[in-house]
Amino acid sequence: MASEGDRRADLEVAGRRSRLLGELRTGAGRNVAIAVASTTVVVVALGLAITHAPGWPEVRKTFFDGHVFTTSFPAIAHAFLLNVRIFLIAEAVILVVALALAVLRSLPGPVFFPLRALAALYADLARGVPTILVIALLGFGAPALGISWVPSSVVFWATVGLVLVYSGYVAEVYRAGIESVHPSQEAAARSLGLSRWQALRFVVLPQAIRRVVPPLLNDFIGLQKDTALVGTLGAIEAFNQSSIDTNATFNYTPYLAAAVLFVAITIPQARFTDWLVARGRRRREAGRLA
Amino acid sequence: MADAVRLEDVRKSFGANVVLRGIDLAVAEHDVVCLIGASGSGKSTLLRCVNLLERVDAGRIYLGGEEITRRGVDVNAVRRRIGIVFQAFNLFPHMSVLRNVTLAPRRTLGLPRAEAESRALELLERFGLADKRDEYPDRLSGGQQQRVAIVRALAMRPELMLLDEVTSALDPELVAEVLEVIRELAAGGMTMLIATHEMGFARDIATRVCFLDEGVILEQGPPERIFTAPREPRTRRFLQRIVEAGRL
Repeated sequence: MASEGDRRADLEVAGRRSRLLGELRTGAGRNVAIAVASTTVVVVALGLAITHAPGWPEVRKTFFDGHVFTTSFPAIAHAFLLNVRIFLIAEAVILVVALALAVLRSLPGPVFFPLRALAALYADLARGVPTILVIALLGFGAPALGISWVPSSVVFWATVGLVLVYSGYVAEVYRAGIESVHPSQEAAARSLGLSRWQALRFVVLPQAIRRVVPPLLNDFIGLQKDTALVGTLGAIEAFNQSSIDTNATFNYTPYLAAAVLFVAITIPQARFTDWLVARGRRRREAGRLA
Repeated sequence: MADAVRLEDVRKSFGANVVLRGIDLAVAEHDVVCLIGASGSGKSTLLRCVNLLERVDAGRIYLGGEEITRRGVDVNAVRRRIGIVFQAFNLFPHMSVLRNVTLAPRRTLGLPRAEAESRALELLERFGLADKRDEYPDRLSGGQQQRVAIVRALAMRPELMLLDEVTSALDPELVAEVLEVIRELAAGGMTMLIATHEMGFARDIATRVCFLDEGVILEQGPPERIFTAPREPRTRRFLQRIVEAGRL
């Protein structure tokens, strides 16, 4: 039945694909050449401007000291493992907590108004209070309660603080994703006899989460940088270790070493996020044409 | 013969907009009833009420003798017995054709995966879609997508199918393949309630045609009579416009 239509649809898709690739190939060489040339000009100009500044010799000594860099780097890199541990644990918890918050906020009907209002209030508070204050309040306040079964580690409470703050952001990201799935999808699922929860789980959330992976990764990059705030409570993570080294040597190069470590993990993620966005756009366009 | 579905004085408004003003309709088992009428006459709302996607304001709906508009009815259980196909297909874009079709039988009927898949493949085979089982909806033509949507509804083995303008979003050359599927269902004895703009098709397939106008069934009868000798002036005017538009 209708194999003629089927065949034509297949052919159209194949034809479109080859046209797209063709466009990309022609002119790609010239564009790359222009990009390389303009980048070189900008980098050389910037480099000359900085190295010819009157204070450059002094800055080079206090910020770009190769010897200080190599001697301080191992300890900072070791301390950085604490940052990695904090953000890995925080991210795993945030993914779950934020999803629960977003689902609460998407519940329909007047019965769930209190839950929706609470979730909204939470999102407002979490995003409204500066992260450093949340961490300070929890890190100093919670252990001071002296309750025996409550952990007294500042790292634990700082991580809780990061989870609280970033769950507010990530919940909003999830919510935007849930709302971007057209109501007809839920209607189709419900019409087949799926419960509201099943429709959410099998139809709405998988589509929502796929769409929000890029903004979610952006929030995680922010979280990874903010693990440096844990150092303000005295925990020896990368930023605090570099502060100690800086104070000991009267040289700021250890800060640079810490910055290099953060950049080394965040830039690949930023590139990956951009790649995901571009892939999503390509797929959507292919889908629309089909 | 027993009624598969019966509506008694069904009313539905959206705010100040009164869409259904008292619908009485009975569809016997194996009957194919076509709802015709202008856009906004209430055809889609009527189908959505039967599927409980919309809650009726007043009136009763019976499915196989059981009232489904009563308080406390298990809406999910009711919907498992009724298949509905939408104008815009509404396939799940993140699932392959096979998963689209097996989702509800597995999750709501509790069929084991193997059984749900063999049931799905049998249907896909029957409607010429077996080679598309692993494709995603955005790789299919509109006609293929709508046929998959019909198969998805059929996989629940419904006792009643509701078709809501299922060819209206299709390019003209793809309409025939979908109508062919519906014809085959009718020949197989499926009870159907069909909202449609395809008058020629309605005339062919319907055991009864109902003309909806401003939220009431103004006139109903066998297709031959409705299309050749309509009694109501409004029905006559509607069909006249259709003929002028070259669609009958």
